[in-house]
Amino acid sequence: MAAVLDTVVDMRDVVMEKNEADAVAAKARKVDRDERRTVGLPFVEEPRMICREVNVYYGDKHAIRNVSIDVGKNEVLAMIGPSGCGKSTFLRCLNRMNDTVAGCRVTGEIFLDDLNIYDRKVDVVPLRAQVGMVFQKPNPFPKSIFDNVAYGPKIHGLVNSKSELQDIVESSLKKAGLWNEVSDRLDQPGTGLSGGQQQRLCIARAIAVRPEVILMDEPCSALDPIATATVEDLITELKEQYTIVIVTHNMQQAARVSQRTAYFHLGDLVEVGSTDRIFTNPRHQLTEDYITGRFG
Amino acid sequence: MSEARPMSTMARVNVGLAARYRKERRFKFFGLAAIVASLMFLALLLASITAKGYTAFRQTEILLDIHLDPAVLDVNNLATANYAALVRDSVQTLFPRVENRQDKRIVAKLASTGAAYQVQDMVMNKPELIGSVKSVWVLADDEVDMFIKGHIPRNVPESERRISDQQAAWIDQLTAAGRLQLAFNTTFFQAGDSREPELAGIRGAAMGSFFTLVVTLVLSFPIGVAAAVYLEEFAPKNRWTDLIEVNINNLAAIPSIVFGLLGLAVFLNFMNLPRSASLVGGLVLTLMTLPTIIIASRASLKSVPPSIREAALGVGASQVQTIVHHVLPLAMPGMMTGAIIGMARALGETAPLLMIGMVAFIVDVPHGFSDPATVLPVQIYLWADSPERAFVERTSAAIMVLLLLLLAMNAAAVFLRNKFERRW
Ligand SMILES: Nc1ncnc2c1ncn2[C@@H]1O[C@H](COP(=O)(O)OP(=O)(O)O)[C@@H](O)[C@H]1O
Ligand SMILES: [Mg+2]
Repeated sequence: MAAVLDTVVDMRDVVMEKNEADAVAAKARKVDRDERRTVGLPFVEEPRMICREVNVYYGDKHAIRNVSIDVGKNEVLAMIGPSGCGKSTFLRCLNRMNDTVAGCRVTGEIFLDDLNIYDRKVDVVPLRAQVGMVFQKPNPFPKSIFDNVAYGPKIHGLVNSKSELQDIVESSLKKAGLWNEVSDRLDQPGTGLSGGQQQRLCIARAIAVRPEVILMDEPCSALDPIATATVEDLITELKEQYTIVIVTHNMQQAARVSQRTAYFHLGDLVEVGSTDRIFTNPRHQLTEDYITGRFG
Repeated sequence: MSEARPMSTMARVNVGLAARYRKERRFKFFGLAAIVASLMFLALLLASITAKGYTAFRQTEILLDIHLDPAVLDVNNLATANYAALVRDSVQTLFPRVENRQDKRIVAKLASTGAAYQVQDMVMNKPELIGSVKSVWVLADDEVDMFIKGHIPRNVPESERRISDQQAAWIDQLTAAGRLQLAFNTTFFQAGDSREPELAGIRGAAMGSFFTLVVTLVLSFPIGVAAAVYLEEFAPKNRWTDLIEVNINNLAAIPSIVFGLLGLAVFLNFMNLPRSASLVGGLVLTLMTLPTIIIASRASLKSVPPSIREAALGVGASQVQTIVHHVLPLAMPGMMTGAIIGMARALGETAPLLMIGMVAFIVDVPHGFSDPATVLPVQIYLWADSPERAFVERTSAAIMVLLLLLLAMNAAAVFLRNKFERRW
């Protein structure tokens, strides 16, 4: 903090004569930015997704402020924070689901490998095939279990024959740990499954298009503890093949499934670090307050 | 003190409880009373229409022994023979004692003018009958029919009824001889309109309604759904789309006669489409039905849960794929319900059709979209406006048919709604 003030004072000396008002504004901006600087290690060696200075506005509301973070290859990144802090908003930037929200504006840069996904030339359809999403409330299509999983591969033309499609459906359901429960009733509606099964069906649907990254927005918040445990095991397994970003309000869950954790607060990315470190030794006061349960 | 508190809460709740339940019971009672009242009015309406109209489904017939006189029936010229004379003669032979010429004419009128056509059909189908004497049931005149059905009372002074004492005596004579019967009124379902009530039917109007509704449905459903999909899914939300929305809601509230005038000006006067045609009627009703369908379709598109759209977009479906594969199938039952209700309204619509000439007196049953036609409600209007007593029951009978069709359509709407409702 002292260093910051020194810089500010230096700067003031330089420009005071020329334009004092400008300088004061600049100081305010700089202090502002410094206080909002993310604590910890937001960047990694081998990133799959790179986000730089991302800002999101809903109309006039500034929902995400200057967030810069990397998502590493084959890691599970957990995003935690009190409700309304912008976790979902940020997550939905990663596959441009926010495009569908009227009045939502995103600035900054987000890369998937080398692709700037907010580039004007980028088509969201293939992007979303690469960055899949699982939602808070299980939302299977009101169609058969088979059709639910087969939908993605079909529309993207990933298969050439019926048997190939059946293989994909089977392997996706197996990866989602659902195959044994539904293999004898693939033609029945997906909406007839239990909540936990529906959520795993949604995960199967997402991995059927072989994405690189899977985004999960509080995937267990509508599930009972047993179904939650099943989905958590599944996430741990999926990590071998996919990069996963999971939003959760459940800190034990973040601790159990993730390698790195990001703490959001009122639109700011306050602290990022390895999950072990964040939960044992949080550096930022806000992180500590949240983790120790002082608010949430 | 602190232990007594939960008890006292309980007690206080209990004090108010009776009043709360009383309020609920009162609320339920008013709701029930409203339902009962409306059901009673409906029952009253149906009962009065049925009571007036059910007799129209039976029609009085007279048994005539018709001598198919070869002198009258030239085998090479059957189409133009004088069948009316044959019928007249055979009625008159039933009353050999009537000799006065005027009375003879009145006697001849006991049979309908349609009887001649019945005989003609019979002879032309079977020319070998010529020369024989054939007993056939032919239509009786509408006034005989009314008398038999009791719509012309006997116990009023002769000067105040359409059937004289003499005619009544003849009719009684026929009844006594077993030469009068009430048979199912097939004419009513097979014929077009006619000046003679006993020859008038609803087939023409029903076909007119059918052709008109086909045009309306074929045009308004796809256009309405497309407009709703565009407005709901693609259109940017700005001042223009707000304006369009307000205007569509306004259109739904415009009196239908205005659409009729518009149709008159545009379709008849400007585009020179045929007057009185079901095609033009359908076009006008399309204008009238479109707003209803657009509004219903938008509502059912809105009711598709956003989670389904997100699910589809989330696996990488394009916007059009999301709509076509997921949103439209889920919204379709609601859209169809809206369309059926719009169609039911169009089926009952009269005013705009008057403006484009579908109120003409049309005897022929229409066979296509450009034939002159009328529709059921207009037919009801025309008959209700006719002076003959026999048209009263036909008016009611036509109303019954129209109500049945409406009931069937609304039942279909309810069925669709229940069958496909909330599949997510
Ligand atoms: N569609 C939207 N329009 C306007 N504001 C929104 C919208 N979605 C979210 N917000 C606002 O953005 C902030 C962040 O929301 P969200 O990302 O859903 O939070 P979280 O998922 O962390 O609970 C909240 O203040 C919320 O009110
Ligand atoms: Mg959220």
